[in-house]
Amino acid sequence: MHELSIALGIVRIAEDESRKARANRVTAIELEIGTMAGIEMAALDFAWPVAVKDTVLEHAARQIDLVPARARCLECATEYAIAHSFDACPECRSYFKDIFQGKELRVKALQIE
Amino acid sequence: MCSTCGCGQEENGATILKPGEFVQADGHQHDHRHTHHHQGHAHDHHHHRKTVLEVEQEILGRNQLLAERNRGYFAAKKITAINLVSSPGSGKTTLLETTLADLQDKVTFRVIEGDQQTMNDANRITALNVPVVQVNTGKGCHLDSEMVYRAFDRLEMAPESILMIENVGNLVCPALFDLGENYRVVIISTTEGDDKPVKYPDMFAHAHVCLINKIDLLPYVNFDMERAKDYARRINPNLVFFAVSATTGEGMGNWYKWLLDNRIK
Repeated sequence: MHELSIALGIVRIAEDESRKARANRVTAIELEIGTMAGIEMAALDFAWPVAVKDTVLEHAARQIDLVPARARCLECATEYAIAHSFDACPECRSYFKDIFQGKELRVKALQIE
Repeated sequence: MCSTCGCGQEENGATILKPGEFVQADGHQHDHRHTHHHQGHAHDHHHHRKTVLEVEQEILGRNQLLAERNRGYFAAKKITAINLVSSPGSGKTTLLETTLADLQDKVTFRVIEGDQQTMNDANRITALNVPVVQVNTGKGCHLDSEMVYRAFDRLEMAPESILMIENVGNLVCPALFDLGENYRVVIISTTEGDDKPVKYPDMFAHAHVCLINKIDLLPYVNFDMERAKDYARRINPNLVFFAVSATTGEGMGNWYKWLLDNRIK
């Protein structure tokens, strides 16, 4: 359940940023989460209400942009979509790869008022 | 919010204790009285203008920042920091005890023990006369870079020492949290499934070394050593393996050699 720590990290960012902007509240938050960022969405949903209670995010709508994971083969440079970190290159079957997309774990934007 | 009790404070909920120290009976070291600021109540007559802030911030950014600060401290003191991760019951503490006992004539060690509860592991390390601090994460399932900072701040860190950080027994959550370590060592044991690496790939993806422990039990268990290595290499082709038994000492020499050869100089 590291998703609770993640949710608390999101709250910390929202609190800091809305304070800086002198906002009364956050109406919406947009998150960018890669499919291989190590986040279980069900666990994040479970932790969310506990984490946001009594914070600027308590009534904020949450939008999650899921970023599909992609890797570049380090042997033949083929770029391919991956579901698991142990997926082999579809061209040369090598396991050497650079996962260049899908590890995102970011607060993209806050809508404040 | 504090992860120990969910009380809404910013404070990091872990307790950090040296052997012989105690916390109050309720387990909390901080004050639970809240002051709620209802600044939202006086704004009713303003026009509500919605603005979008493009914040673009890494959620783990704070952990990463503190991890880099730890790493800088270790580099300055030529300390080699090792993050030991595994499932509960892989023999992590026994392996650490054996390593300390066999190498403490050659190297100075410091130890940070992470567990949800109890001082048991710290007491085992103290029995070897190695300075240790126990981090009890409460309900937390992993160590983070701030807990490690607070823990080594309480150890008198010696230059050119090896800092062993035994993470909470958990193959999932600690994977995401950089502690500022130089090396991550993942331990699996022959009493677990040989498909552990593909079941918990994140932990293997960023490890430098994989210790396969309890090889003395191989005749009695259904564990295929080559299959385990093959699975782990699919995730991390650069992983270095040592098959060891912390109880009989078999194979430990190769692990010690790696440890001594890869110290930060």
